[in-house]
Amino acid sequence: SDALSNNEHLSSPRAVNVDLQTDATLQVDISDALSERDKVKFTVHTKSTLPNFKQNEFSVVRQHEEFIWLHDSFVENEEYAGYIIPPSPPRPDFDASREKLQKLGEGEGSMTKEEFTKMKQELEAEYLAIFKKTVAMHEVFLCRVAAHPVLRKDLNFHVFLEYNQDLSVRGKNKKEKLEDFFKNVVKSADGVLVAGVKDVDDFFEHEKTFLLEYHNRVKDSSAKSDRMIRSHKSAADDINRIASTHSPLPLLFSNSQKIEARVAADEDLKLADLLKYYLRESQAAKDLLYRRGRALVDYENANKALDKARAKNKDVLQAETTQQVCCQKFEKISESAKQELIDFKTRRVAAFRKNLVELAELELKHAKGNLQLLQSCLGVLKGDT
Amino acid sequence: MPDLLNEPVEAPKSDVLGEPPVHRDAARQQDVFEDPPKSSSKSSSVKKAASSEMFGDDDDDEDLFKEPPKVVTKKPQPSGPPVDVFTEVKSDVKVKPQVKDDPTDLFAEEALTAPAPKPSAGSSSSRTNGVHSEEQDLFSEVRSNLHTALRGISHSVSLFFSVSFFHIKLEEEESEDKFDLNISITNPEKVGDGMNAYMAYKVSTQTSLTMFRSKTFTVRRRFSDFLGLFEKLSEKHSQNGYLIPPPPEKSILGMTKVKVGKEDPSSAEFVERRRAALERYLQRVVSHPSLLQDPDVREFLEKEELPRAVSTQALSGAGFLKMLNKATDAVSKMTIKMNEQDVWFDEKIQDVENEEQHLRKLHVMVESLVNHRKELSGNTAVFAKSVAMLGSSEDNTALSRALSQLAEVEDRIEQLHQEQASNDFFTFSELLADYIRLLGAVRGCFDQRMKAWQRWQDAENMLQKKREAEAKLLWANKPDKLQQAKDEITEWEAKVTQYEREFERISATVRKEVIRFDKEKARDFNRQVIKYLESLLHSQQQLIKYWDAFLPEAKAIV
Repeated sequence: SDALSNNEHLSSPRAVNVDLQTDATLQVDISDALSERDKVKFTVHTKSTLPNFKQNEFSVVRQHEEFIWLHDSFVENEEYAGYIIPPSPPRPDFDASREKLQKLGEGEGSMTKEEFTKMKQELEAEYLAIFKKTVAMHEVFLCRVAAHPVLRKDLNFHVFLEYNQDLSVRGKNKKEKLEDFFKNVVKSADGVLVAGVKDVDDFFEHEKTFLLEYHNRVKDSSAKSDRMIRSHKSAADDINRIASTHSPLPLLFSNSQKIEARVAADEDLKLADLLKYYLRESQAAKDLLYRRGRALVDYENANKALDKARAKNKDVLQAETTQQVCCQKFEKISESAKQELIDFKTRRVAAFRKNLVELAELELKHAKGNLQLLQSCLGVLKGDT
Repeated sequence: MPDLLNEPVEAPKSDVLGEPPVHRDAARQQDVFEDPPKSSSKSSSVKKAASSEMFGDDDDDEDLFKEPPKVVTKKPQPSGPPVDVFTEVKSDVKVKPQVKDDPTDLFAEEALTAPAPKPSAGSSSSRTNGVHSEEQDLFSEVRSNLHTALRGISHSVSLFFSVSFFHIKLEEEESEDKFDLNISITNPEKVGDGMNAYMAYKVSTQTSLTMFRSKTFTVRRRFSDFLGLFEKLSEKHSQNGYLIPPPPEKSILGMTKVKVGKEDPSSAEFVERRRAALERYLQRVVSHPSLLQDPDVREFLEKEELPRAVSTQALSGAGFLKMLNKATDAVSKMTIKMNEQDVWFDEKIQDVENEEQHLRKLHVMVESLVNHRKELSGNTAVFAKSVAMLGSSEDNTALSRALSQLAEVEDRIEQLHQEQASNDFFTFSELLADYIRLLGAVRGCFDQRMKAWQRWQDAENMLQKKREAEAKLLWANKPDKLQQAKDEITEWEAKVTQYEREFERISATVRKEVIRFDKEKARDFNRQVIKYLESLLHSQQQLIKYWDAFLPEAKAIV
């Protein structure tokens, strides 16, 4: 039994945890979202002055799989090899929340009406929070694409935004997922090989080292922040349960619980989500470096091949063509990659700043609120009022 | 006027006018009790006239009796106007024995039960003034108000009392006599080695009470000594309905760790937990006015060496509970359902049972909170280290610094969580555990009373049987056995009287004990809640400090 109503609508703009310049020529946002039993429907809303679109303002409904399709089309496009492809949004995952709600429904008989209502409210709030987060992440992806000078012009992107029918992309089936898995294995093996090649360019060599270490550390911090916040939420849940066993309920514990839960939720948003996002972004940056590295290796191999061909005086033209192609590819990537990586750094620093400041401010706000609450309660209890 | 009123105490009207109104009322109240029926109508009308002269009210007696209920519902300090009324009566009219000797304590319902029957004892039917029956109604109103108040006390089991109640309770505490005996238990030390090792605790007493040899003294005691004390007190006093505070529970696992010499935080925590529990236990024992008088208690506090209590094997916390349950089982197996004359006991037993359930549930939840907080503390520490690593690999200098600052903040927060978990535990969880045990002991008191009742009923039955036997002998005309039967009847009549008296005595004791327990509980919870909130407050203040320091670092990121 679904204790929660199946349809959740969300119509207000959400805070984006990535700092992006919005450009009047193309503005994308998710204006609404509908959570159904096993899928989420996002309403993608576009405002644009670009001539490519039939109208200046329009909306379409998209599902998660269509976002993935768009992302993958970027990754597979050779033209975009020199750019950091904005990481795809994670799949909406309400399983845990749904399970909890179900358990609550089953255990309804064993608790008082008050306890039940309270816990239901709490779980519904959790569901809503997850929902909001998944919407935000899908939105961030689209905004990043829209903000990118090259990607925003992508045809698939325009189709994604404008085509008001179902794009008929299905999620990958088992066979395809297995293929992907092997591809990834090969890629990471290759990646190691490529990374081993010392880069002539100091900038890229430095970036390579930096990103490798950074990525690993962000991964670690992300996992640990998740665990920490989970404990925090459990403790807040306990306080909630304790508070709900008593009536008349003094304001203290119910409000204190709300504050505790809010602290955990804000930490989640400002810290955990930030780290998660940059985990994915740093991976995308690594991917770029890998592609460049790959191109470099190919270029160097082509050079060697050309030398050999010239020495043997056999298939020289072919070798020259190959070498030209490799050279162009490599240089094209290098050119854009440098800027991309600089932008990545700028974005990263700005996002961390924004979120850390907001985190500190929120923590202060909650602590001060809690303090006031406690002071007034103690005052009354001690008879000072 | 004075002649009509027929009172030796009755001063001439002129004098009376000078007396405080209360006194006048008191005298008139007495008239109601004492006046012979024939003069009642006259005296009452005269009284009424007099009263109207003095106070301009028609029905002053009524006003007088209206006072007590009002006072009680406000839950005031013990020394309220009604008390004065009675004492005034007492001091002025020493010859009047019908006035209850000590009705001063309005909060002891027994006191009220005495006056209540009195008016009815006097031929109320002949009383023409309605005031008389009103008194009785008003007294029962007083009782029911008091009853509600007491139930309110018993329902405020959690730390979530209604605030006004707390307020009043504290006032009451201040007005009581200061109890000058401080006990502290400190310096747990391991004595001996291996499996025969034990922890010795220093028990320090500080007092000005004259029954002790000196003002400050210290002894060393081990856990089994405390159990031994409980056993001795229990043996002597529990059958009289006294509430003997139960000792902390034995813990084989905990003690084994200590014995084996495992020096880890969990065994340190165990020792601290036990030390605190023993301290609370002793403090409860000595704050019981009757138990304090017991020589065993004094000996426990003062004597250098105590004989080793060997029979405490049976009397661990679990053993104690088992004992209680046995008594409860015996009670439930009683075939004759006790005809509960006194509704108070019925309701109280129910309250105690409900409360115990409630506390158990709460205790489970608090333990969950403690565990989650400990978990949170651990995870925060791990996270802090991770952030520090992240900061060191970040190549933007300002961001790098901010991240390492963040790591430090999280580290300090971890410490806070740790302290908070400990606070949750010691202030909150242990308090609940104590009261779950105590409520069990309260139930034990009620069971003792049941046993006494059973004994009395059994004696009544036996007496009945003896009487029947005598009747049979008379009918069968066997004079030789008759004398023996008569002797037995006399014997059992005496027993019935004795057991009935004992039952009434134990009922009174249990009632008193439970009322005292409720008060102590309210005080205890109040105190602990305040302590808990104060530590929460401190945490929040620290949090503010840490984040305040961090914020400029975050803002400095470029």
